[in-house]
Amino acid sequence: MAAPKFEVPTLTEFTAVPKIQEGSMAHMKSFVANEKVQSFLGYPWELGEDWKERAIDRMGDLLGKYRSLRVFMDACVHCGACTDKCHYFLGTADPKNMPVARQELMRKVYRRYFTLPGKMAPWLVGAEDLTQETLDDWYNYYHQCSECRRCSVYCPYGIDTAEITMAGREILNYVGMGQKYSNEIVGKVQKIGNNLGLPGPALEDTLAGLEEDVLDATGVAVKFPIDVEGAEIMLVTPSADFFSEPHVESLIGYAKVFHAAGVSWTLSSKASEAGNFGLFVANYDTMRTVANRIRDAALELGVKRIVVGECGHAWRVAYSFWNTLNGVGYGGDDPYAKQLQQQLDSRYPQPQHICEYTWDLIQQGALEFDKSLNDDRVITMHDSCNVARGSRMGNEAGGQFTIPRNIIKAVANNFHDMASETIGEGTFCCGGGGGLLTDDLMEVRVKGALPRMNALNNVVQGEQVNFMATICAICKAQFTKVLPYYGFDMSMVGGVHQLVSTAIKLD
Amino acid sequence: MSALTGFYTILFYFATFILVAGVAYRIYEYSRTPAPLKIPTTPAPTTQSGVVVRMAREVVLFESLFKSNKWIWVFGWMFHVGLLLVLLRHVRYFQEPVWFWVNIVQPFGMYASFAMVIGLAGLWARRFLVDRVRYISTPSDHLMLALLIAIGLSGMMMTFVAHTDIIALKAFALGLVVFDWHPLPADPVLLVHLGLVALLMIIFPVSKLLHAPGIFFSPTRNQVDNPRERRHVAPWAAALDKD
Repeated sequence: MAAPKFEVPTLTEFTAVPKIQEGSMAHMKSFVANEKVQSFLGYPWELGEDWKERAIDRMGDLLGKYRSLRVFMDACVHCGACTDKCHYFLGTADPKNMPVARQELMRKVYRRYFTLPGKMAPWLVGAEDLTQETLDDWYNYYHQCSECRRCSVYCPYGIDTAEITMAGREILNYVGMGQKYSNEIVGKVQKIGNNLGLPGPALEDTLAGLEEDVLDATGVAVKFPIDVEGAEIMLVTPSADFFSEPHVESLIGYAKVFHAAGVSWTLSSKASEAGNFGLFVANYDTMRTVANRIRDAALELGVKRIVVGECGHAWRVAYSFWNTLNGVGYGGDDPYAKQLQQQLDSRYPQPQHICEYTWDLIQQGALEFDKSLNDDRVITMHDSCNVARGSRMGNEAGGQFTIPRNIIKAVANNFHDMASETIGEGTFCCGGGGGLLTDDLMEVRVKGALPRMNALNNVVQGEQVNFMATICAICKAQFTKVLPYYGFDMSMVGGVHQLVSTAIKLD
Repeated sequence: MSALTGFYTILFYFATFILVAGVAYRIYEYSRTPAPLKIPTTPAPTTQSGVVVRMAREVVLFESLFKSNKWIWVFGWMFHVGLLLVLLRHVRYFQEPVWFWVNIVQPFGMYASFAMVIGLAGLWARRFLVDRVRYISTPSDHLMLALLIAIGLSGMMMTFVAHTDIIALKAFALGLVVFDWHPLPADPVLLVHLGLVALLMIIFPVSKLLHAPGIFFSPTRNQVDNPRERRHVAPWAAALDKD
């Protein structure tokens, strides 16, 4: 780890609300996407002379298409309830990282061009012309938001800053200021099939290697099948699971569960990525195009069930949006949806989270564990933002919190939750979600992780916790990078199915 | 009819028209704008009746605000409940005979004005005392609070300090309802009170007071968490499926 060029916050027992420091993160500008990246997505790569008109046009277009944006632009009363809820504000003290202030960057422009008082008396209602300076603020501060929705929990009107950040990024793209990191990924997933740009043959090699590793370690021939037509289950998982640590440990866990259940399953080289950065860049068509890879793969392979691996935003897109975008789900009465939905096995939820799948098997008594194999671990659970506030598992509201914990408790003996206000629906983002998992944003990632690091430190000190389980590829990658800044071991973070993998009995 | 009565009569018809037509137009706008994706803030109710309960808790108890910040909740809730009781009490000026429940509300409505003004004062104090809230406050935020407090105080003046000619006022108000106009008492406090109320009604549809209808259209609060069971497609998005 290179010495940071910024001050890493010190850990404290409680995360204090800082006094505001104007402009403290104004220097934080993520790399801008170049011509190659932007042109593939059909966006310009530099500001044209008419960028202002284009931006206002696009804003008007989005206001007509998204009720969320339309209502949220009007409804805020500046009460201040959200001001101390964002992990990036708590970690940086920059007031533009307060959710309401982040929204105001767009709202002041909305008022000026779309409301009567803003046109008549801009000074009175805080309305402002769209300037280059404001556009730069949009770029900087809409890339210091992980779209984690924590603020939306606490807003009396449910205003979700993620919706505004997404609209802001779409407008930025539309005028030629795309973010390099996210837009490259959105291109790669469409061209190659996954976010990491891992081609089919490399994937097959990796999976063959994993089969050997598991055979060596357990003596059991656990398979990692790919592109098997007629398999019952298609697993769609983040591509980081194929070779990143600790992600791959969870992939091994899923394979062991499928093996123990004796079910036929397959990965898909076409759908070798659960992640959908279309969510982060917030273009409906892009998100739909990326999601349609899963539909096409399911139709081609003729699978009956679709199970999604450990990935936070992917699960939000899968659970909440797939039925809308690509028809994976039920209840569609149009030909497009029916084509797929008639193929799927209606005894199971579609799509299903790997944790739902494993927990069902545990409840049926179909899996056996030696919990003592996890006894060297004292475990806590980091709820990932998109799972916590943008999705569900099981039949009951809140199943996204209980089911992963139930699995952990079924496979391990030592579990302690972090402070209640830092988990569940109030969980703090890891600091790297929403398209921020890039080295050019390291300062905001490290500072944004502060509230989680404080909560973790408390259970490390108090309960000797040495393992933080999570079900998100971005959380895993972010914590692996950020934990050392705070003096923790990077191997403290891992997946829920990593724990399953350790304890499961195979034959 | 005196010029004064004529002015206030026209003013109140105008203000009522703007309030009703403006808010109706906003509601029309919100309702015809599609919500293309399922975005309830979860955990969320999985049934429509569950959503009704969630919305009721938000609107009546300010549940999310309670989770967020107890000071804002105390002051905000005091103000809104106070305002509600005060408004209900004012129904008596527009009817004869007066409904029995309006009579029951009457004493509560009188003292609720204190809760209303104290709540507003608390909210205003936060705009000066809390650096984060000071940072986000615009001139209109301050003026809105000033307007509401001035309405409250001018009303309380007439209730508790110097009564206005309430018989004549009621004749004026009833006259507005049945288009049989009566003179308005030329009491300066009353004129200020009524003028500010009319102003509030006029700015309602173009101000942040739209949070009142807005919350009912907030997709994060009014959507059912059932995306796997029901296919939810906005009209503009359904066209994409046909390509």
